[in-house]
Amino acid sequence: QLSLFRFTVKRPFSTSHSSVDSKEIKKFQLLAHKWWDEEGEYAALHSMNDIRVPFIRDTLLSMSSNYNLGNPLSGIKILDVGCGGGLLSEPLGRLGASVTGIDPVEDNIRTADRHKSFDPVLAERIQYKSSSLEEIVEESMETFDVIVASEVVEHVADLEMFIKCCSQVLKPEGSLFITTINKTQLSYVLGIVVAEKIMGIVPEGTHEWEKFVPPEELERLLESNGFSVRSVKGMLYNPLSGSWSWVQSRSLNYALHAVRAGAPPRPHATDTLPETGVQQRSATAGTAG
Amino acid sequence: SSAAMAALRGRALLAPLGARLRAGPRAPFRSAASNPPLYDVVVSGGGMVGSAMAAVLGHDIHFHDKKIALLEAGPRKEYDHMPDSYSNRVSSISPGSATLLSSCGAWDHVCSLRLKPFRRMQVWDACSEAMIVFEKDDLDDMGYIVENDVIMSALTKQLDAVADRVEVFYRSKAVGYTWPLPSHGCDTSPWVQVELADGRRLQTKLLIGADGHNSMVRKEAEIKNIEHQYDQSAVVATLHLSEATDNNVAWQRFLPTGPIALLPLSDTASSLVWSTSHDHASELLAMDEESFVDSINSAFWSNINHSDFIDTAGAMFRSAISLLKPSGTAVRQLPPSVAEVDAGSRAMFPLGLGHATEYVRPRVALIGDAAHRVHPLAGQGVNLGFGDIACLAHHLSAAAFNGSDLGSLKHLLKFETERQRHNVSLLAATDVLKRLYSTTLAPLVLLRTWGLQATNALPPVKVRI
Repeated sequence: QLSLFRFTVKRPFSTSHSSVDSKEIKKFQLLAHKWWDEEGEYAALHSMNDIRVPFIRDTLLSMSSNYNLGNPLSGIKILDVGCGGGLLSEPLGRLGASVTGIDPVEDNIRTADRHKSFDPVLAERIQYKSSSLEEIVEESMETFDVIVASEVVEHVADLEMFIKCCSQVLKPEGSLFITTINKTQLSYVLGIVVAEKIMGIVPEGTHEWEKFVPPEELERLLESNGFSVRSVKGMLYNPLSGSWSWVQSRSLNYALHAVRAGAPPRPHATDTLPETGVQQRSATAGTAG
Repeated sequence: SSAAMAALRGRALLAPLGARLRAGPRAPFRSAASNPPLYDVVVSGGGMVGSAMAAVLGHDIHFHDKKIALLEAGPRKEYDHMPDSYSNRVSSISPGSATLLSSCGAWDHVCSLRLKPFRRMQVWDACSEAMIVFEKDDLDDMGYIVENDVIMSALTKQLDAVADRVEVFYRSKAVGYTWPLPSHGCDTSPWVQVELADGRRLQTKLLIGADGHNSMVRKEAEIKNIEHQYDQSAVVATLHLSEATDNNVAWQRFLPTGPIALLPLSDTASSLVWSTSHDHASELLAMDEESFVDSINSAFWSNINHSDFIDTAGAMFRSAISLLKPSGTAVRQLPPSVAEVDAGSRAMFPLGLGHATEYVRPRVALIGDAAHRVHPLAGQGVNLGFGDIACLAHHLSAAAFNGSDLGSLKHLLKFETERQRHNVSLLAATDVLKRLYSTTLAPLVLLRTWGLQATNALPPVKVRI
């Protein structure tokens, strides 16, 4: 749910890395034990699994030559940024992936750890860590095949920094999946006024409209940071049926799939290098990996 | 303490799905060391429906890495070879059920053992000449008469084939179930605890109750069951016909005491299912074989219940129909006559109607007779169970492919809605038919006579059936 917390006042020349906003922490702490109530405050997130899990699963299956329908994501290392109580980590783990879930709210991690502990298969496949994204970059350079950041980027203050960090911990040609909310009049009316204040679909105060991210801006930031955006799809929540569906329009919620480019071609090379996963590292990569 | 339990119950009732979250005895907190083995699915009840459920899941590709357990109270039966004589417990298998059995590889075994396809079903009234014939236009089989033992043998083979995924526990009666508290009680096990008679314990993410019309799973889950004992028992027996014939027709005649049916087993043998009063059923079992055979033939051939009034009214109606629809009435075939009954093949069992008001709870689903019990007059009993399996397996397969928690109410409710919609109308119709045909009162006889004749003449209605 939440990944980076920053001072809301942007300091262009600040070298401070993420320091967590205690107000946001408290907000989510109160609800830390509500994650796993399928009919409770997080009901909409639970039912979002019905479309975001197949989206991730089918995209990855279509990209791999190894089709094992019994265990579709086996062998894939996934980072779930802002994992909350583990709502998305668990289905991905059940499908065979090795999942690392990070979230800065300790209570969330505690809830997630406790919930997975009863299932020995999940307990082994999923590791949770109370941390922000930047804090794990150094030890996880080019470690993950996939990053999922679902309902996270709308809580992030420095989106470009977030994307850069994603790029660093992703293997070349790795996939990034984002779901988030567009910044439109409609999303203000429906996403904040109706969803939070009137119908209580989302706990009040969860979102700030200012932080919503239009897909065009997200695409621009991704493309200029070494990602190639493969698909953007609109999502819609029906509060009467409690279910999500894919729609043409992206004016409310949307999902995005991008792929981190393979290593860039050498600047003065006379021949082009093939884009395979095993390539030289970029200069800023450091010694990890 | 009971106060704490009451408080827990009260809190649970306030939850949105209050009734469904009512907890039973609380699952005790266990240290990791004493954790009973955890299964993804436990099927309680190893009859035709329970075994088929386990076999279908075991053969599902999305269940490749899952652990399934099947609990059967009885011993493992070896079906190495079929005895020459037919068993007296047979089922009418619809084409849809055959498809389901095919999907887990069991139908091939059934075909290689023995079965009898039938092309036609003739149903008629004892109080009039009214008759309805069911037949598929394209000369396909309407259904198959298969001994229950044959189906069990086929399913056992297919369960053996997936023994790495499906563990069958024989001689293992479940004696207690413990339900998990609603999910936000984080400290206790979220799984269903199952206690066996020998003290062994299992845990499961989903418990499927396939334990028959006296289902313990249903009772322990405190699911309300609407039940009604018919004042009837069914008498079954294996019969030999007077002469060999194509025998590809299923016969059923509605007597005032109840329907009598002859289901083909081979060119020379048929299975009897005679639903009648308890007293008459006991008489039939007690009488000598010759008298028994005479009773059967008389039931099929006698016109003793006809009255002139009804016959005339029926004939008038038939002429009316033939004016409107010249080809309206089908050819009446004559049922075969019976020569002898297999010694020792006579048996009886009581009949009743049952329907569970809910088929599912969190982490629990009911299938087969545990969910619904129907009168055999429609030959539907086990087919409803197989239909439940097809539906539940479809939803569980999709849930597994989505990485969902298998015990989640979300997809279980979809199963419940689909099947209740289907089953309730069939149960109601069967019950109505049973009551309608249990009388000789002229107005009702007339009604059903005309109804049957009209239905016979109207293709769209017949096809629906």
